[in-house]
Amino acid sequence: MSDIAERVKKIVVEHLGVEAAQVKEDAKFIDDLGADSLDTVELVMAFEEEFAIEIPDDAAEKIQTVGDAIGFIQSNAKS
Amino acid sequence: MFDLSGKTALVTGASGGIGGAIARALHGQGATVTLSGTRAEALEQLKASLGERTHVVAARMDDAVDIDRLAKEAEAAMGKLDILVNNAGITRDNISMRMKDEEWEKVLQVNLTGTFRLTRAVMRGMMKRRFGRVVNITSIVGVTGNPGQANYAAAKAGLIGMSKSLAQELASRGITVNCVAPGFIATPMTDGLTDDQKKGILSRVPADRLGTPDEIAAGVVYLASEEAAYVTGQTLHINGGMAMI
Repeated sequence: MSDIAERVKKIVVEHLGVEAAQVKEDAKFIDDLGADSLDTVELVMAFEEEFAIEIPDDAAEKIQTVGDAIGFIQSNAKS
Repeated sequence: MFDLSGKTALVTGASGGIGGAIARALHGQGATVTLSGTRAEALEQLKASLGERTHVVAARMDDAVDIDRLAKEAEAAMGKLDILVNNAGITRDNISMRMKDEEWEKVLQVNLTGTFRLTRAVMRGMMKRRFGRVVNITSIVGVTGNPGQANYAAAKAGLIGMSKSLAQELASRGITVNCVAPGFIATPMTDGLTDDQKKGILSRVPADRLGTPDEIAAGVVYLASEEAAYVTGQTLHINGGMAMI
């Protein structure tokens, strides 16, 4: 489980170019990590690829924080 | 300049006069091309004359499922998609008083909605690779209007607004979205005009001749090239001076 959290955080760090310390579970992608709306789409695409899952648009809209992403992936990922 | 070796392109409406010339020109610059359209036979003929680096995926632009399939099959055939030329278009001319809802809707559906759907479907890959060229073939009448073409002019004007919005959304990802707006071009469509009609048209064209499909294709090649990376949200008018906007 913590493995998923680490992988999610790694993707966020790489993609948004932020410090790992900033990537807390309650950090909001747009408000706290400086993502724009296209970044959030790309993050979802990166999560889908990393965890071999599909994140439907309505679920993607609800993923606003790092913790949201980890939570969704934990309950949907196969690996 | 304008070398497209290693690039891949999808051209819709490739069985038409302008679409065929665009596909030929992109292919001539070294690109691998996928030809799409509704007339499979004409597409196969064009493929045969182009030779290698050519694929055919027939599709209907009024069918959302078919459009998604086209995007997937083109990407699968070529391995990736760098250049999308949305050239497919239809006309259902009628003066507005007589224009039926079906005529209005069909033209909007194919020319505008179909173009949006296909562009949306290929964006993902372009975003990932940080490279993309979308060239939408609009028309002079989308800017100037034309009696009898309220539907067509609305759809073509819509493409320009859509392209500007997409251009702003995607610019930071290395994707450009531009339009080419042909004036009167010699194609099977204009062959049907009477001499009087042609004379009437030419009286409004300073260059005093119809354009050629190759002259449109040359504009598309430019906008599809690496060299045009800093050009986005623009409409390139190729019309012999018929309208200077």
